[in-house]
Amino acid sequence: MDAEIAKLYTTTLCLVPLCFVAVSLAWIFTTAINAMARNPSVVNDIKGASILYFAFTEAIGLFALVVSLLILFTA
Amino acid sequence: MHSPLEQFVIKPMFHINVANVDISFTQSSLWMMGGIAFATFFLIALRGKNTVPTRWQNIPELFYELVYGMVASQIGDKASKYVPFIFTVLMTVLMGNFLGLLPYSFTYTSHIIVTASLATICLTIVTLIGIVLHGWHFFSLFLPKGVPMFMAPLMIMIEVISYLSRIISLSVRLFANMVAGHTMLKVFALFSTMFGIGIGIAPMLINVCFYALELLVALVQAYIFTMLTCIYLRDAVELH
Repeated sequence: MDAEIAKLYTTTLCLVPLCFVAVSLAWIFTTAINAMARNPSVVNDIKGASILYFAFTEAIGLFALVVSLLILFTA
Repeated sequence: MHSPLEQFVIKPMFHINVANVDISFTQSSLWMMGGIAFATFFLIALRGKNTVPTRWQNIPELFYELVYGMVASQIGDKASKYVPFIFTVLMTVLMGNFLGLLPYSFTYTSHIIVTASLATICLTIVTLIGIVLHGWHFFSLFLPKGVPMFMAPLMIMIEVISYLSRIISLSVRLFANMVAGHTMLKVFALFSTMFGIGIGIAPMLINVCFYALELLVALVQAYIFTMLTCIYLRDAVELH
């Protein structure tokens, strides 16, 4: 198999875990909304914390993106 | 057609060569000086040092309240010793992320060398604070309480590797967010130039939404970098 074709296959394969990242993000916000609905007095705390947790999970997705870019654009 | 990753190439503005070492003044250095100029604006705004802040004095006080709240939520009452360090970290990362959103500018935190150096310096300072405060007892951080003795070598190895991987996670998180954001903006801008005036409006409108997302990401990533440094500082100061 050619090196160029192998690079393209690997890049695509490397981005498949983003499905799990998407599910994790949806889970975070679903539980946040549920908690805010059950206990309206902690709405502000949960709102502040959920942005933080969103960024941590997003970082994992971006690690996958960085690996795929590394494979695609270097030897 | 140009590649969307071409915007991250460093171009020197004035070539300076000292004994075969290239220390040119690049566009990255220019925008770092822009960040320093913002900090100088803080110094000028705090000139009067009024107890009741004037209008300009409110801006640095806003940032000070933010940083003091972050440090105090982790460390508690001895927070004011560490506020200058955390304030510097916040301002560096925030200016790096924000100034890159102006037209024709450059995001200096979009290079892994800048964020890795920043993360290494922050975590070295935090480790040194821990060692100065606690002496050799600092290394009890790596052996949590209540671990049976036969598992201790494995536990220590895992904890040390997890401590060293904080540098990588901190730097790659910031770098990847900045690169991904700006690459997206560039890709949609290239679509706009390809399609011309008529259909080219659609990618531009998508770009407007992504620009708003990039503003949010710039703020949030600076907040997260600083918050994680505060958490690691608490780990070093309180050792559990």
